[in-house]
Amino acid sequence: MAAGPAPQTLSTPSIDPEEVAKFAAMAEQWWDPNSQFAPLHKFNPARLVYIRETLCDHFGRSGPDPLAGLSLLDIGCGGGLVSEPMARLGASVTGVDAGEANIKTALVHSREAGLDIDFRHGTAEQLLESGGPGQFDVVLNLEVVEHVANPQDFLRDCAAMVKPGGMMIVGTINRTARAFATAIFGAEYVMGWLPRGTHRFNKLVRPQEVREALQAEGFSVRSPVGVSYNPLKDRFFISGDAGVNYLLAAEKPAST
Amino acid sequence: MSTEAKFSGDSVIVGGGMAGLSLAIALHKAGLRVAVVDAAPLDSAMTSEFDGRASALAYTSWRMLDSIGVAEHLAPHAQRIEDILVVDGRPNDGLRPGGPGRDSLHFDRREIHSGEDGEPLGWMAENRWTRVALARTAEACGLSVFAPAKVDSMSRQGARARVHLDDGSWLEGAVVIACDGKFSRLREQAGIRTTGREYGQKALVATVAHALPHEGVAYEFFMPAGPFAILPLPDNRSSLVWTEKAAAADALRDMGPAGFQEALEARFGDFLGALTPEGPRWTYPLGLKMSERFIDDRLALVGDAARAIHPIAGQGFNLGLRDAAALADCLVEAKRAGLDLGSPAVLEGYERWRKGDSALLGIGTDFFNLLFSNDHASVRAMRGFGLGLVDKIAPARRFFMRQAGGETGDLPGLLKGEALSL
Repeated sequence: MAAGPAPQTLSTPSIDPEEVAKFAAMAEQWWDPNSQFAPLHKFNPARLVYIRETLCDHFGRSGPDPLAGLSLLDIGCGGGLVSEPMARLGASVTGVDAGEANIKTALVHSREAGLDIDFRHGTAEQLLESGGPGQFDVVLNLEVVEHVANPQDFLRDCAAMVKPGGMMIVGTINRTARAFATAIFGAEYVMGWLPRGTHRFNKLVRPQEVREALQAEGFSVRSPVGVSYNPLKDRFFISGDAGVNYLLAAEKPAST
Repeated sequence: MSTEAKFSGDSVIVGGGMAGLSLAIALHKAGLRVAVVDAAPLDSAMTSEFDGRASALAYTSWRMLDSIGVAEHLAPHAQRIEDILVVDGRPNDGLRPGGPGRDSLHFDRREIHSGEDGEPLGWMAENRWTRVALARTAEACGLSVFAPAKVDSMSRQGARARVHLDDGSWLEGAVVIACDGKFSRLREQAGIRTTGREYGQKALVATVAHALPHEGVAYEFFMPAGPFAILPLPDNRSSLVWTEKAAAADALRDMGPAGFQEALEARFGDFLGALTPEGPRWTYPLGLKMSERFIDDRLALVGDAARAIHPIAGQGFNLGLRDAAALADCLVEAKRAGLDLGSPAVLEGYERWRKGDSALLGIGTDFFNLLFSNDHASVRAMRGFGLGLVDKIAPARRFFMRQAGGETGDLPGLLKGEALSL
């Protein structure tokens, strides 16, 4: 179940080393909803329900274990905030993360929760090169693409890990003036939700750039949806406004 | 001693009372695996000796009972509340339905829900019939019920919580829901403290048949010793909630038939014709009790376990149903998202949702009780003025009717009449 010793070559192709250190330092408190991860716990239900509904729609599933029998790769799984729910919904989950503290936190926590998840310490590219688990029915690519060195190359590698007929869901932050005002200035400097320096504006990726990278791999890409914040209810919800946080689902053709 | 759980699922609900069963049915029908444990077999609660009270169901509460399939069993025994008349002073001061005296406030449901069959302001039902309807619904939908079974304690094992029974067996789930009443054992074991006070008042509860039809009007008279309510039941009967100082209420309960008849007629007046008391009389102490927290590690408190309020506004059961509706919303959403149902992230959402509402109503009814259980001339004049004022302002009347109907704040889906599903 464990990934064994972490690949020490963190001169990874897609993640800047200084950014890995930044996230690893945050790992301990992943699962405390009153920690600095509070916004992630608030954010999580909306995107999880979107993922569930999108996958149910694509694979024709429903009911209490709708993802049973599907293999799912969670790239940049962090403390397992998405990996665990996906496993509870029935998926066979592999989680990869470049932060060692993250993966250890995720592993310890998932065992306590009685969930069997294949966590690996490394990057998506290393997983692809290892040829280990092969391809997946579902690849989740959440809040990662804005941290990699080269988003186009990264998305191409991720696309290669999706089975024909499978689906990839990308979640990230748009590169708009409003995203800068809310997701960076607002969340990091005003609300203090995220440590300063978590996101850099020029690394953010627009939906159109994700779309083009995946279309180049033969995917058919759905319209992005927004994940918006309602300050009155203190809740995030799925909206038509992809100007800040957005999610984008793409289907790989059954035969290429 | 067994080594395997009697039940293993999403949630174990301790207490099969009205709030507990409503919640269990809602979750079960939404597709969650839940079990209910109660010390008494469900059908033992069905005689009037067990619980002589009747409850007012706000129209949002009725919508919830309707959406979970309980209302169809209850409707033959429930009375629509078409009007509410709030009166300061004595009920026999020349009051007639449709012709209230001065210093009164008339709420007419047609102002918010028009039409012959428009939604009433609420429904009145004797608790025993509500329990029968819940038990029938539970049986029809195949809900797992363990009763009679005595709960000893609860424990946590990783991401699972266990409810231990006194025979050494246990049931387990991701979250345990305490619906075990005002004196909740699970709340006490979790070390959750309560704050509150006793009012020194008791409510005498009795059923009275009367010669004239009540026409669906509920009366609330504010008397010096506390409110006196005449609440319409089916078949020309009404439920009395007669608040007095504790000793006076007990004396009324223990009186012989002739003495009680005399006291009743003096208080009730003759506007509904000849009165015939029915069945036993009961007294219930009035108090306010609020839990400092509604949740603990893998535990959520619902209904009277979370808070018991003054029944002055008839909101006790409604609050329990609002808890149930909000918790059902949180748990079904969490289940849909694959979240751990007993995790702090999920349970804190429930607590945030419910705590504000409860505190407000607790303080509000506390204040109203002080305001209305008072015979100072100046206070009387002020509240008379307030009642008369609200009575003259239609938007204010509609506001209070919607408040009483429970249509406030961020309504859970069930209270809008929506069914939950995964």
